[in-house]
Amino acid sequence: MRWLSRSYLTLVYLLLYVPIVVLVVFSFNDSRTGYNWGGLSLRWYDSLFNNHAMVQAMWNSLWLALTAATVSTIIGALTALALHRYRFRGKRVLNGMLFVVMMSPEIVLAISLLGLFLLLGLKLGYVSLLLAHVTFCLPFVVITVMARLSGFDERLPEAARDLGASDFTMTRTVLLPVIMPALMAGWLLGFTLSMDDVVVSTFVSGPSYEILPLRIYSMVRVGLKPEVNALGTLLLVFSLVMLMLSQRILSRSKQ
Amino acid sequence: MTKTLLSLSGISKQFDGKTVLDELSLTIDDGEFITLLGPSGCGKTTLLRMMAGFEHPDEGTVTLSGVDITQTPPEHRPLNTVFQNYALFPHMSVFDNVAYGLKMEKRPKAEIAERVEEALAMVQLEDFVRRKPHQLSGGQQQRVAIARAVVKRPKMLLLDEPLSALDYKLRRTMQVELKRLQRELGITFVFVTHDQEEALSMSDRIVVLKDGHIQQLGTPREVYERPANVFTARFVGQTNFFPGRVTKIEGERISVDVFGLTRDLNKPSFRVAMNQSLHVLLRPEDIRVLAPDDTDGVAGKIVERNYKGSTLDSVIELEDGSHVMASEFFDEDDPTFDYSIGERVRVSWVDGWEWLLAEEGDEPLTDEEELAADDAEH
Repeated sequence: MRWLSRSYLTLVYLLLYVPIVVLVVFSFNDSRTGYNWGGLSLRWYDSLFNNHAMVQAMWNSLWLALTAATVSTIIGALTALALHRYRFRGKRVLNGMLFVVMMSPEIVLAISLLGLFLLLGLKLGYVSLLLAHVTFCLPFVVITVMARLSGFDERLPEAARDLGASDFTMTRTVLLPVIMPALMAGWLLGFTLSMDDVVVSTFVSGPSYEILPLRIYSMVRVGLKPEVNALGTLLLVFSLVMLMLSQRILSRSKQ
Repeated sequence: MTKTLLSLSGISKQFDGKTVLDELSLTIDDGEFITLLGPSGCGKTTLLRMMAGFEHPDEGTVTLSGVDITQTPPEHRPLNTVFQNYALFPHMSVFDNVAYGLKMEKRPKAEIAERVEEALAMVQLEDFVRRKPHQLSGGQQQRVAIARAVVKRPKMLLLDEPLSALDYKLRRTMQVELKRLQRELGITFVFVTHDQEEALSMSDRIVVLKDGHIQQLGTPREVYERPANVFTARFVGQTNFFPGRVTKIEGERISVDVFGLTRDLNKPSFRVAMNQSLHVLLRPEDIRVLAPDDTDGVAGKIVERNYKGSTLDSVIELEDGSHVMASEFFDEDDPTFDYSIGERVRVSWVDGWEWLLAEEGDEPLTDEEELAADDAEH
């Protein structure tokens, strides 16, 4: 029984990690074809960074993720505060609608956003991408911040007011520092979501602003180039760093 | 000569249509330790929050040293609060927590450092300045909360059940400490509790609250020995209620028949008529348990005995089925003094220690009050 459960677990992990390991290993492969080993080399990394369109797409993606995460964190934090602090008509509906956006298939969101942008006559490009990304990042930020707020001691703002702080000073010195870990976790979540989105971006991006996931997608369509392996490895390292960062923030905030 | 510090007049407050405070008036003197005592839901916390400025009355005014502060927000009131669960800022060190109020006043750095140190020394926490609240025990957090509130030298300190989260022994220590602090600082303390023992041992005056009304306002001794009504008598301490009947009225003296015994008493402050029924109240420690062959007292038998260390508490069932609680001190002459269950005794009491109350319309306690009274005892 013991060996059975062990080999089952091994199988699961193999399934999960073999493709990733293959990708990383082949990104250092000197051979032009993807299936035979030609020795160690960094040539695909070199050619990747010399590919001007690719580098541009990477910068575009980073900038888009940065702005989308920041905008959705600001809006999301304010929404979470409002939902937490005030009682008003339609609060439950508003709360439920967040989950609708989160749970509905991405393709639905993509089509409806495209329809909306066309209706408004908005030129597809950075702005349309930003709006779309903020839309699908928002519920994640709101839910992360709300979770933090639900454990927030309502007496803390009162204690601050009691000691002479105005509402604004209280927010700056007590409320924000206490919910800061949730804001950072929400921001990181938004950043990663925006960084690797394909479906929505396919619909709402235009030729003026090409982003990385779409660039990779179009590269792969004409045949798998080893450059893609190099790019995938870089993205993998980047995601791992982000993951560790967010874990650290969350574990520190639990103290 | 006492000076009025804070006065509440005609205060009413409703939450969602439910009346929490009903035209309540109260004046608090400068320098006194006053306790708001009552079961949960009696309005004591709302009253305290109104003094702090977190709630505003629907009707009535709050004045502090003659200035109307009814609508003044909390940050502009010279009062500070110690919260029930301390409400320490979790992201700040002990020092920064205590310094917060002074920083809000934009005091110079040197003065802040000096006053924070002084406040922490007062609660014996000088060695913990760099710690974060989560690294402190409950009692230490409590001390930080007190230091944080007194460092601003408020005119009045509001304490919202500050000891309820501590264990029994620590609570006793903190009670003594709070009294010491109050003496040293000379500031007015308004203390909210549902623990009658705590109220009795700490206060200069007690306000007994129920359903948004003041039931009684007086010194601990007045509240305990001369309760104004049945509620106060039951809520504060344990009491035997004996049924009495007026048999004679003569000038300032009346005769009352209790279990067939006739007692001559001073006329109570309420109106009495011949043959009127009334309550004769006796605290367990006023009861005398006599030998079965004694001529005085009422016959009964022991149904319960509890050894309490300094006292022996017993319950005696009388022949009519009613129960009497008695609490007797151990006698130096008879250290082995004890009862056995079922032992026949006679029950009497120290003459003149009775307290009379008129019967009220709503005699039996509701379940809620019974629970609240139980809570308060434990």
